[in-house]
Amino acid sequence: MEKTALYNFHKNLGAKFVPFAGYEMPIQYKDGIVKEHISTRLYAGFFDVSHMGQLFISGNKFSEDSLEKIIPLDFKEIKMNQSKYSFLINDEGGVIDDLIITRVEGGFSIILNAACKDNDIKEISKCLNTNSKYELKKDLSLIALQGPKSESILESIVNGIKQLKFMNGGYFDFEGNKIYITRSGYTGEDGFEISIPNINVENFTKLLSDKGAKPIGLGARDTLRLEAGLCLYGHELNQNINPIQANLKWAISKRRREEGGFKGWENIKKDLQNGVSKIRIGVKPSGRIIAREGTKIFSSSNEEIGVITSGTFGPSVNSPVAMGYIKSKFSEINSKIFLEVRGKKHEAVVSKLPFYKKSYVK
Amino acid sequence: MSEKKYSKKHEWVLLNGESATVGISKHATEMLGDIVFVELPEKGKSLNKDEKAAVVESTKAASDVYTPVSGEILENNQPIVDDPSNVNKDPENNGWFFKIKIKNKSELDSLMSPADYEKFKKDNPN
Repeated sequence: MEKTALYNFHKNLGAKFVPFAGYEMPIQYKDGIVKEHISTRLYAGFFDVSHMGQLFISGNKFSEDSLEKIIPLDFKEIKMNQSKYSFLINDEGGVIDDLIITRVEGGFSIILNAACKDNDIKEISKCLNTNSKYELKKDLSLIALQGPKSESILESIVNGIKQLKFMNGGYFDFEGNKIYITRSGYTGEDGFEISIPNINVENFTKLLSDKGAKPIGLGARDTLRLEAGLCLYGHELNQNINPIQANLKWAISKRRREEGGFKGWENIKKDLQNGVSKIRIGVKPSGRIIAREGTKIFSSSNEEIGVITSGTFGPSVNSPVAMGYIKSKFSEINSKIFLEVRGKKHEAVVSKLPFYKKSYVK
Repeated sequence: MSEKKYSKKHEWVLLNGESATVGISKHATEMLGDIVFVELPEKGKSLNKDEKAAVVESTKAASDVYTPVSGEILENNQPIVDDPSNVNKDPENNGWFFKIKIKNKSELDSLMSPADYEKFKKDNPN
């Protein structure tokens, strides 16, 4: 089991650890999931996401052409220091991983899911020209700072971050070392992700804590992203689901949706033209019942029409929230559906996403 | 009023004449985290010892609650259904789950005293 550079720091803060993707990660601290969730929404919280892969690929015309074969983005469109959300695609159009890619000096930085990163690198290296170099940066930690007070807290530590716009980044100085900060995150709040050398990360995180940001575990990270309607790999996304079914068409660049030229294009083109047979939806149970992953979805006429992929209680919307896949003809917003929990059918509606309104700084 | 007794599954029982009040221990709520959903047995339902009686869900997962004694449900605690955080606030008092008419008092003998439960928790972390 691996540990991040902040393991002892978490321990001193009273973290409860769980194994996650081969790492011992904090699931929650002393406050507990609900309080941590609310602290992030109302003030600011920091998350150690150093288990995620930080892959650097040296860039040239050839590497961009290669990457376009497995990532359906228009690489010419990505400006210096701009980040984009997209995927690695397999031959059938399924999602190998979802990722954030940023154009940086000399190439691209890609943030990968912890559980997928080793396989991702295999898939990427198969596509790359032998002249392209890539490196998984194990000397770097990754900290997310999320919530309405993130900007003022971070600005007081790192001068100039105020100028960053959503999904844009840049190099900044911290204790004489270069750190890379993007304005991004996965909670539905304004916030930042800070890529910082392991040797500096504890001092940096202590400063965040001193300025009032709360430590947030994986538990609240999940309730926050679910309220924000964001997909989690292994739940809403996997190798058998394509981005059109996941309702993430927007994450395929316009030129690529017209021209294709990436893996799985035939299947994706078909779904773009003819529509999909199943699609990702938000689900809001009518009572307090919580529909967990694997819960079956039924129609009013008792036909099995889908399945829940994530479900929990949303502390900010103060009700249960879930996402799942449903036969497309039942996917209209506000349609009445039924969830089978512990042998009983419970009423729910198809909900628009997100459950919780975002407040990004554009 | 007699002494509170505890089961190995972290339920508590407080005997009061021919009936008993059942809930989950403070230790159980600490392991579960924030409770966000409670489902209780209906009044009049007959249950056997160690049978599934209720469900609690935290933000993380669902768990079953078993009845440590056999009997008939006399009453359930609606305030914890309406606001499940009441269980976390006061698990061994106002956060009770149900009252049950006891069928066989000797079943209580197999349960633990508060002192034995303290020891059990230490020997069985998690």
